[in-house]
Amino acid sequence: MSKARKIYKTEDGGIVYGVMAEFDTPADLFHAAERVRDAGYSRWDVYSPFPVHGMEEAMGLKNTKLPLLTGIVGLSGAGLGYLFQWWVTTRGYATIVQGKPFDTFQPWVPVTFEIGVLFTAFCALLGMFAFNALPMWYHPLLKKDRFLRVSDDRFVICIEAADPKFDPDRTRELLEKLHGKHFDFVEE
Amino acid sequence: MSAMHPDEITAGRLTGALVPDRPLTMDPQTGDGTLIDDPSKRAPLVLNNRSFHDITEIVCGYCEQRPGGWWLPVFGLVSMLAGIGTLMILYLLVTGVGVWGLNNQVDWAWDITNFVFWIGIGHAGTLISAILCLLKQKWRTSINRAAEAMTIFAVICAGTFPGIHVGRIWMIWMVFPIPNANAIWPNFRSPLLWDVFAVSTYFTVSLLFWYMGMIPDFATLRDRAAMRLKKATGPTVAPFINIRQDQLRAWIYGLLSMGWRFSTRHWQNYEKAYIMLAGVSTPLVLSVHSIVSFDFATSILPGWHTTIFPPYFVAGAIFGGFAMVLGLMIPARELYPNMKELITLRHLENMAKIILVTGSMVGFAYAMEFFIAWYSANSYEADVFMYNRLMPPWFAEMLGLERSAPYWWAYWAMISCNVLSPQLFWMKRFRTSPLWIFIVSMAVTVGMWFERFVIIVTSLHRAFLPGEWGMFFPTAVDIFTFIGTVGIFVTLFMLFLRFLPAFAMSEIKNVMPQASPHPDHH
Repeated sequence: MSKARKIYKTEDGGIVYGVMAEFDTPADLFHAAERVRDAGYSRWDVYSPFPVHGMEEAMGLKNTKLPLLTGIVGLSGAGLGYLFQWWVTTRGYATIVQGKPFDTFQPWVPVTFEIGVLFTAFCALLGMFAFNALPMWYHPLLKKDRFLRVSDDRFVICIEAADPKFDPDRTRELLEKLHGKHFDFVEE
Repeated sequence: MSAMHPDEITAGRLTGALVPDRPLTMDPQTGDGTLIDDPSKRAPLVLNNRSFHDITEIVCGYCEQRPGGWWLPVFGLVSMLAGIGTLMILYLLVTGVGVWGLNNQVDWAWDITNFVFWIGIGHAGTLISAILCLLKQKWRTSINRAAEAMTIFAVICAGTFPGIHVGRIWMIWMVFPIPNANAIWPNFRSPLLWDVFAVSTYFTVSLLFWYMGMIPDFATLRDRAAMRLKKATGPTVAPFINIRQDQLRAWIYGLLSMGWRFSTRHWQNYEKAYIMLAGVSTPLVLSVHSIVSFDFATSILPGWHTTIFPPYFVAGAIFGGFAMVLGLMIPARELYPNMKELITLRHLENMAKIILVTGSMVGFAYAMEFFIAWYSANSYEADVFMYNRLMPPWFAEMLGLERSAPYWWAYWAMISCNVLSPQLFWMKRFRTSPLWIFIVSMAVTVGMWFERFVIIVTSLHRAFLPGEWGMFFPTAVDIFTFIGTVGIFVTLFMLFLRFLPAFAMSEIKNVMPQASPHPDHH
């Protein structure tokens, strides 16, 4: 970290994780996200019970590198699968089967394909966890009762205190202007 | 349908304009309101103007509240069948495959028939979750979770049979790619080894796909349990054990949800991962049944040795799988509250149409087998189709032929169930009636079992040399093992409906009209 983070405390003395505000509809959430993005915040997030269409652009998120990683891992898996069959059939213990030559690629296609798919699937799921820093069974937000309703029908924006532009009063004012409701400080 | 603001729905509730538990009104033209023929109008995917919260309540209700009084007797019956099946497998393992009706000529019979039958059932789940996802078919959201669950359970039943059909069960490790005591490896030129890879990959990938889809819904169940826990009382897991049921739910669903917190930064990776899983599952599902068909097609046995097998098997698998999805979901829709609002008549109609299409493809394949048997001028191939499958004895007698097909009834059961019965769905009256769809689905399920029986047993029982001809008759162990796997399948499915989120809540919410961030312009 280049700059020491400024610590904010609530009246009870808890360290502030961020400020959260609720929104009623995906449309309100979407427009609010666009404004928070334009205000230049970087450490903030939008929480919704389902992925709201186009929200990545509204938040100004960059494309994820997950497909690239998964593609590389999937192709490597297929390559390894092919190499394994080649080694077994021509080097490990070459056995004459039906008088066919040892080194033929055609019968190895199905298994090569299946192993490629297997690696891709594992990489997609585990890569998703890794990129999202999951599993994380503890999180300050999950202590908030109002936040738990995101998993049902609420829409929440939370701006973190770790954001360089965070200021308890001004950040709250911004969210207020965007028709946010039920402001609350989230304690770490 | 116009997009309704959640506040409008709440306001409508308060003024009495929208009743939360209104029974569905049936209209002779549009059924429950979804059978709209006008392509300019979009049929609603969820009925009764439900809010997001209603969806959460309905779906979580299935696993949080006790099901009706029917549940325990039905569950008792199917789990008893599962128990019988398990005992039959145990008996087979301690005695040997001689307890089945197999013989030297028909050395694959019900075991592999059941294997292909169950693995085919699974294919509809992947088709709905992966292929319809790539094709952006929004109606899939109502049935994808249940269909994926069905896939997993069907593959479990399928995988049992190749496992137990080997004579020396202690040698089953030889199917895995590890060298044996003489350092010889399995033969990678054999479709049977490809099958091991295909089926195990299919099971693993389907499981990952299913689990990943459930993560947000697990989080919803976790959060609901956590919120209830803060209230003073609630039922405990058992008398005198002071752990509340909601505590258990919060732990288990919490663990499974991996701490999911519905963040958009997470959703972004999640959606990408989901679409990639759908992308690889699509060729995977096509490959699995193609490879299963290679088990037969690469041999030289007449009746097996055909290049049409891969597409024909895949179409048949999707056909049989959709029939099973309908066979499970139509009764569930009647038995569980509000399920008819999520699985509308249009959903059923769509699936009936897929049954009609795939059924006709299968019918085309049956016809093509005959055409090729004649066109190839291969007398063995022609003999198989005429005298192993087609010819009933009374008809042969009428024509003055000396030979007839002993298993003709299996062939004709297959034709009438698979080719003729789905043709009812050309008529709207039949494909929009849940009862008729259920009847046809059951017929198709039976027909698809017979298809595999016809392919496997009738091809084997009369091969090239008349001297080695024989018949196959199932023993009681054969029959009860199969019934047992039906029990295992339904038991697992009922447990799924009881304890896991049976509908993809986050996906259903996403296709509801009020989910659009731009409600004003469509």
